[in-house]
Amino acid sequence: MKKILGIVGLLVVVSILTAIKSPESFLSAYNLENLLRRSALFGIISIGAAFVIITSGIDLSIGSGVCLVGCLLPWLLKVHGWPVAAALPLVLIIPLLIGLVHGLLVAKLRIQPFVVTLCGLLLYRGAMRGLTGDQAQGFGTGFETLKYLALGKPFSIPLPLVNWIRDGSWGDWSQFVLWVACPMPAVILLLVGVAAAVFLNLTVYGRYLLALGRNEEAARYSGINTNRMVILAYVLCAGLAGLGGMLFVLDVNSAQPVDFGNFYELYAIAAAVLGGCSLRGGEGSILGVIVGATVMQVLRNSITLVGIPTQLEFAIIGAVILAGVIVDELVKRLAARRRAAREARDR
Amino acid sequence: MSPLPVNPLLEVRGITKRYPGVLALEDVDLNVHRGEVLAVIGENGAGKSTLMKILAGVQRPDRGQILWNGRPVVIDSVPAALRLGIALIHQELNLADNLDVGGNIFLGREPLRFGLIDRRRIDRDAARFLQMVGLDVSPRQLVSQLSIGRQQLVEIAKALSVDARLLIMDEPTSSLSQREAETLFRVVRSLRDRGVSVIYISHRLSEVQRIADRVCVLRDGRNAGELGRADITHDRMVRLMVGRDVSQFYQRLPHEPKQPVLEVDRLRTPAYPQHEVSFRLRASEVVGVAGLIGAGRTELLQTLFGVTPAVGGSVRVQGRATRIRSPADAIRAGLALVPEDRKQQGLILDMAVSENLSLVRLAHDQRFGFRNRRAERELSVRMIRELRIKTPSPRQIVRYLSGGNQQKVVLGKWLAIRPRVLLLDEPTRGIDVGAKEEIYRLMEQLAQQGVAVLFVSSEMEEILGMADRVLVMHEGRMTGELSGNELTEEAVMQLATGAGPASAVRPPDTADRANRSNSPKEAP
Repeated sequence: MKKILGIVGLLVVVSILTAIKSPESFLSAYNLENLLRRSALFGIISIGAAFVIITSGIDLSIGSGVCLVGCLLPWLLKVHGWPVAAALPLVLIIPLLIGLVHGLLVAKLRIQPFVVTLCGLLLYRGAMRGLTGDQAQGFGTGFETLKYLALGKPFSIPLPLVNWIRDGSWGDWSQFVLWVACPMPAVILLLVGVAAAVFLNLTVYGRYLLALGRNEEAARYSGINTNRMVILAYVLCAGLAGLGGMLFVLDVNSAQPVDFGNFYELYAIAAAVLGGCSLRGGEGSILGVIVGATVMQVLRNSITLVGIPTQLEFAIIGAVILAGVIVDELVKRLAARRRAAREARDR
Repeated sequence: MSPLPVNPLLEVRGITKRYPGVLALEDVDLNVHRGEVLAVIGENGAGKSTLMKILAGVQRPDRGQILWNGRPVVIDSVPAALRLGIALIHQELNLADNLDVGGNIFLGREPLRFGLIDRRRIDRDAARFLQMVGLDVSPRQLVSQLSIGRQQLVEIAKALSVDARLLIMDEPTSSLSQREAETLFRVVRSLRDRGVSVIYISHRLSEVQRIADRVCVLRDGRNAGELGRADITHDRMVRLMVGRDVSQFYQRLPHEPKQPVLEVDRLRTPAYPQHEVSFRLRASEVVGVAGLIGAGRTELLQTLFGVTPAVGGSVRVQGRATRIRSPADAIRAGLALVPEDRKQQGLILDMAVSENLSLVRLAHDQRFGFRNRRAERELSVRMIRELRIKTPSPRQIVRYLSGGNQQKVVLGKWLAIRPRVLLLDEPTRGIDVGAKEEIYRLMEQLAQQGVAVLFVSSEMEEILGMADRVLVMHEGRMTGELSGNELTEEAVMQLATGAGPASAVRPPDTADRANRSNSPKEAP
């Protein structure tokens, strides 16, 4: 719990700064709903990345996985006229199989995860560009039920005080609560997140993942089928990338094979690292990862709102993450030193 | 005649060093004279390593004074120590094994010629230092192609090349074969005769007895006493180290070997596929596996446990033919392995004591894949109590425990599943006398409860002291089995060196012949 305090703090600081600079836009119901949707979409793929990072691996093919599903689904539905009931299972099974192959190559053939998934990154996007002739794939109109998964708003969330802060209308009780529509991706993220957290923290398999991430050899000597667990992590990661890809494309209605999902693996990895995963493996908190993904989206949002040229987006995100990681490290050292001093005094 | 040196070469006065949570050294004094081999001994956590790190400039003391040739000095870095002439040779060697011998000796101090490395001079100078340590290899030989023992000599040559006056050797023989150790002793003696001083840290008291001119004992970060040449005996050293008498070190009760639980028939390991190994292990029996380093003992245990599956032969556990292709298979069959490399294979160092203790047991207590957290908690509390694991709490990270307590955690995680066959690979390597005694007591206790215990050890005392029966291996073969009166140090060495069976030695056992008479043994 202590671990994610830092990232929550970063989220609060960035939010407050943005709210001060641009209260009307940032704290509007529309913007908050959008922010929630984007954060949820990236949260889903970041959880997948976290599982792989916990095994001390890496998955660079997440963005291409998003592209694969994002292009394949409209391509099957519109170009080939497949029924939803056939196309949907297929586009969700393909990423699982991709994850299985990644996992087998990493666990059984012992190829480095970086290499395996780097090839995946090139392969899946390249294949989609070839398959679609590099043409944008879209749903057009229709498919309302399917689109509900990304665009639906099943209920609203009451946020107290936001109106007062935004408008300075302190004491106006009719404005006390701001109702923000909760988008479907946030509901899906909640389900995925709870399932992932339960899996990681309460099941034996979660313990096995954490153990093998720290020391695979000792885990194997303890009778844990480490290969199976590693494969599972890659399957989960690719599967969640696929699920994310489907929601992303439903959200924006069309996808360009050349850049759809570009760099998303880096957003996902950055969110996981911000959220407390160590690339050395064996560490991670699902809640932290979700907060990490949110921080990245709030940052992007504030860059737009505050009026910084969007060309600078990457530079700013990079600088903030780096600063966050440095501060985190310094705080950790300070705490260690304080503890040492206290123990020395108690003696 | 030169006048007697007035001052010792090195004089340490009142050194104190505190780490978070531990007072590592308190007011420690130490003198080293010129041309003297001073052994520093003590249990793990007694402060030996910390003291040596301070002398070598790796750590700085909180308090205290260091005199070198009678003059106060500040050793605030490794280069500062080297400038004085103090070189530390680490337990884990610090050689770049992609470089050759000469390159390693002069690493960071390469002689240059026109701005390029002067290979010829390296070869010439390196040869001189190699000769001083009696190492007959070319300076152009890659370090990775040398045995550990020879790599150690390269380290010493490197230290000599910076004109070290004081060599600090930390457990130098821990991974050496007997023969390599002998070479090392010779080198240490010849260095001493040249006037080089040596601080020698070791857990192996028999070595200390042979090589030390003086022994300084540390206990709990304080000076516990000193022994002059004439007083260095095993018993006196142990008494100073543990602060009490350890008269009954290997306490054993008679064993009543029962039905065979592990029958190994013509087993072939991937490491030595050309040799077949057969033996039997019975309930309530403690069997030792002796042999030199590289005799294939570790490989045998790893194959039995499914880490490196067998390439031939069969294994029966409790009379039933069992295929063991993975540690999970072995665990299911009732086997447990306490591996040789505790930190890499035995433990998840960065996890808590409780998480390590429950790791194997988890699968057994699970319900629909969920961990049984209550069982986990109870298990760790029970194991910490029963095995007397010294830890501030079950949530302590294992990395911060002492070697002996870490080993108890490894044992605990296996005892949690009540194995029928316990395999142990060098169970007491690198742990202190007190913890050793407790591990022996546990092995004994388990045998009493009907567990079949098979342990590999390179320590003769341990083999002779603990085993009912000893299997001896040499280069992947089982060269003999000894028990009863035949079980002597000479007989073991004879078989271990492949010298062929002496008259008193039987061929490898396949049947359950008479076991050793079950008399309890006295301490060595």
